Amino acid sequence: MVDLSVNIGNLKLKNPVLTASGTFGYGEEYADFVDLNRLGGFIVKGTTLNHREGNPYPRMVETPSGMLNAVGLQNKGVDYFINEIYPRIKDVDSQVIVNVSGACIEDYVQVCEKLAPLEKIEAVEINISCPNVKQGGMAFGTTCAGAESVTKAIREAYGKTMIVKLSPNVTDITEIARAVETAGADAVSLTNTFLGMAINVDTQRPYLSTITGGLSGACIRPIAVRMVWQVANAVKIPVVGLGGIMNGRDAVEFMLAGATAVQVGTANFVDPAVTVKIVDYIEDYMKRHGIESAKDLIGAMKK
Amino acid sequence: MLKYIFCSFVITLYINQSMKKYISDFIVKTNERLHANYCLLKLKPQEGKLPEILPGQFCQVEIKNSKNTFLRRPISVNYVDYDNDLLWLLVRKAGEGTSALMDIKEGDILNLVYPMGNGFSVPADKGKRLLLIGGGVGVAPLLYFGEVLKKAGVEVNFLLGARSKNDLLELDEFYKRGNVYLSTEDGSEGEKGFVTTHSVLKEKWDSISCCGPMPMMKAVAKYAVENGVDCEVSLENVMACGVGACLCCVEDTADHGNVCVCKEGPVFNINRLKW
Repeated sequence: MVDLSVNIGNLKLKNPVLTASGTFGYGEEYADFVDLNRLGGFIVKGTTLNHREGNPYPRMVETPSGMLNAVGLQNKGVDYFINEIYPRIKDVDSQVIVNVSGACIEDYVQVCEKLAPLEKIEAVEINISCPNVKQGGMAFGTTCAGAESVTKAIREAYGKTMIVKLSPNVTDITEIARAVETAGADAVSLTNTFLGMAINVDTQRPYLSTITGGLSGACIRPIAVRMVWQVANAVKIPVVGLGGIMNGRDAVEFMLAGATAVQVGTANFVDPAVTVKIVDYIEDYMKRHGIESAKDLIGAMKK
Repeated sequence: MLKYIFCSFVITLYINQSMKKYISDFIVKTNERLHANYCLLKLKPQEGKLPEILPGQFCQVEIKNSKNTFLRRPISVNYVDYDNDLLWLLVRKAGEGTSALMDIKEGDILNLVYPMGNGFSVPADKGKRLLLIGGGVGVAPLLYFGEVLKKAGVEVNFLLGARSKNDLLELDEFYKRGNVYLSTEDGSEGEKGFVTTHSVLKEKWDSISCCGPMPMMKAVAKYAVENGVDCEVSLENVMACGVGACLCCVEDTADHGNVCVCKEGPVFNINRLKW
């Protein structure tokens, strides 16, 4: 028997496989395909203080080995999550993490305060890296001062595990990671999507209503792996790795680079059952390589 | 009595929205090229039998032989042959993904996530006059819908439009299931013009079910509003997940703002749309 469990701060995961926010809904959407109890956990859709309609259609265009999205944090607000969604998913036997976003620091704090009493929610992921909103979002994640101030304010108000999701759209991601570590984050997750753009040359118009959007999928993986490796070497807190993980091999690659856990996003759209296949692959990989604990995989790249 | 009717309505909706979805491999039994830009695939599940599928629902088709695309393509169910366990998909060459799908060979395996979304409404009153309007490859879901209506004892009327005679698809199959009215833009078959200028629209209709290019559906919706006819349309917004998770394929509705076409549609009553 191999031990697949890993810890992110005080948060215990039965295995390192999480789902990326915004790609897995509230878990229920995938219940026909995946036994949710088999996942390390799932990170639910970005949640804000108030209802958000998101950006106008069109919001998505496929690009080589990737896709650009411009959803813009459409969600019904934190109270809707607490009253309507939470009762339906609170009994799942894996971790449920809520991704939190806001237009100002006070928004983030209020959402976290509302989530704190929910027994099943042992962690939040703070989104300071959404490229698709005009206010807040990535604005906090692209300067050390912004990242630090939002992290510090939430830390003072929220006692459970706080993961801060970093933007790759910066000159040096290790500086931002160090800033949120100093401000009290329990972990960082990276990367969110890369700011990108595509133009339809037939119509000479942009594909997305917002012109630019966030690039995800296999095409971003080598950049995300590099950033995870750099950040894992720069901070002491755990790193959650994501960005173009399409299968088990990719997940192991992120762990070798230094990730404690991984998130699977765009791959869910190709194979709705991919997450459990990744769990199985990691287990099989560890057996084949004589690795007893998944913790021994973290940062195990040989030089 | 009123309460009873209300309850049964709710139950129907619930069953529809909670239909189990499957990830299944299918064997390509035939791939028939109907035209340079269209093919008809007949697929058999590799294991087991086809589940219940509603007319108007779609499949998320994985296309492995496409070099530059990786997302599944939503293709509406053209017909379900339960006797032979065959699922029919009518494919139009729209881009790289569908182009690769058209090249698939007999005996190849296709992976489908299905059945997705909701379907067209089957009228409770069999006396209602129903017109099924399809344009181009949009005729696809109407064949299966026509079959379901015919079996339910409802008179089936199809109004099918295309650019020219060669773009009218599966006509022999439509003739087997109801009255067929045709229009082509160049007049090479049926009445010359658009479906909305066809003389059959001068008759009195109770409801219209429509699938086709956006300008056509908007013109049909305009006709329906002006003539007080109930109308459903099937949308094909660009999708990624197909299960209502990624929120990419949204349509702005009058009652609930942005909703997912993949989950709450693809079929919408036009009174929900802001057209």
